[in-house]
Amino acid sequence: MTTKNKIITEHLVLQYSDGTESLKDISLDIPINAISVIFGPAGGGKSTYLRVFNRLNDLAKVTKISGKVHLYSDSGGYLDILDPKIDVTALRRRVGMVFARPVVLPMSVRQNLTYGLEIAGERKKSHLNQAVERSLKQAALWEEVKDRLEDPAADLSGGQQQRLCIARSLALEPEVILLDEPTSGLDPISTGKVEASLQELKKSYTIVLVPHSVQQAARTSDYAAFFLQGELIEYAPGKNIFTNPVDQRTADYIEGRFG
Amino acid sequence: MKSRTSAERRNLTQQIGFLFLRVVAIIAVLPIIAILIYIVYKGAPAISWEFISGFPSDGMRSGGIWPAIVGTFFLTMGCALIVTPIGIGAAIYLAEYAPDNRWTQSIRIAIINLAGIPSVVYGLFGLGLFVIFLNLGISIIAGAFTLAIMTLPVIITTTEEALRAVPQSFRVVSISLGATQWQTVRRIVLPQALPGTITGVILGLERAAGETAPILFTAAVFFLPGLPSSALDPTMALPYHLYVISTQVPGMSSEIQYGTALVLLIFVLGMNLLATVIRSRARARRQW
Repeated sequence: MTTKNKIITEHLVLQYSDGTESLKDISLDIPINAISVIFGPAGGGKSTYLRVFNRLNDLAKVTKISGKVHLYSDSGGYLDILDPKIDVTALRRRVGMVFARPVVLPMSVRQNLTYGLEIAGERKKSHLNQAVERSLKQAALWEEVKDRLEDPAADLSGGQQQRLCIARSLALEPEVILLDEPTSGLDPISTGKVEASLQELKKSYTIVLVPHSVQQAARTSDYAAFFLQGELIEYAPGKNIFTNPVDQRTADYIEGRFG
Repeated sequence: MKSRTSAERRNLTQQIGFLFLRVVAIIAVLPIIAILIYIVYKGAPAISWEFISGFPSDGMRSGGIWPAIVGTFFLTMGCALIVTPIGIGAAIYLAEYAPDNRWTQSIRIAIINLAGIPSVVYGLFGLGLFVIFLNLGISIIAGAFTLAIMTLPVIITTTEEALRAVPQSFRVVSISLGATQWQTVRRIVLPQALPGTITGVILGLERAAGETAPILFTAAVFFLPGLPSSALDPTMALPYHLYVISTQVPGMSSEIQYGTALVLLIFVLGMNLLATVIRSRARARRQW
């Protein structure tokens, strides 16, 4: 690949204390300003891999983790993500996350969006208001909620809540957005809106997506990685892997011979 | 002979079962109704402005119970000031920070055992530690500390439950937005757990307000000519006053006894009602 990489992973090995969802020697480069899709059957380590990038695995019982995971900045320097001494709160502001089920915090729409900035120390009303409007527009939600900013976020519909969650991570102006099956609980129309906004967002962000179906993987991916039981089987530009997979196991999965 | 079908038999068994459960449920409610009716019936005639706001006179045989009401209020408030920060702090540690190891388990076992200690033992312990060893004397502060130790397990347990009821996903989302664990607790978990916590504190204090044994040797006295002027003064208190006028004063009118019991009951049930209102309001407003 000739594109510039945002995150590089080399020989990443990870094991949980209960032995589930481990990662076996993953080497993979995530290109900047593109949608990289991590797909494969359940239990293959997709979510685990995603959670390495913002160190959310710190909350789980990880017994072993080794290898190299570097996050590059525009200046060309990099951050060693696995280094235990780094400021993880700063890392999580650079690498945002959207979860499978929309989890809105029990506050107003506006407060959901300003939460991350406020805990980072931002106090200026004008900055916070700008972030609210910008992030909602980026997540294609502004028109629907601009008059409901003070309403409880829980009053929004499921699809709106998930776009609010996307907007919430965008409010922090991250460099990378991780999405873990973000449309698994949504209807087709909401799913379409989310996918469309991802295509817009990749112009300014690097996106790593765990899709909820092979079809979504094929629709959205610029690059796609097939994970099977903790191993990276195949990684290629999306248009290649879904039309002309190299590995037989990838082909079998895409054609639905196993799930 | 025509035998019943098995479906009919099952239906009959079910009917009998429900009837039995209904009777048992009614039996469980009867004591509180009986107590309320009895105390109100016997005590209501004693209630008057003089009874509430006056001092006892004629060796307790007439007059009012104002100093006992004030004393119970001070003891309960003192207990609240001491136990609330300690109880909530301990609950936050146990629910949010404590690792799952032997040390944490022994803390939990200690709290469970603390809840099982008879109240008179707390009284004796308070006498030894606060009154004599720390030289606080028979005083409101000694009584408040003793009551605080007694209510600690109730408050820790209910607060911890309220904290654990807050969905884990809120914590994960907050952390993923760059919050530290403490920011998450302070800004997300605690506000959501607050109604449950307040309910727990009130229920704990309700028990403190009604107990006699813990204040018997630490704070309460038979009679005082005036109200206590500082936390180091002894005080009269409703449960102890009721005990005294029921057992120690010959020729006591039962009207005053039951009037005192009624005031204590209103005090305690009033707190209970407050806790219920806070809980149901919070539940209606809750977004999860």
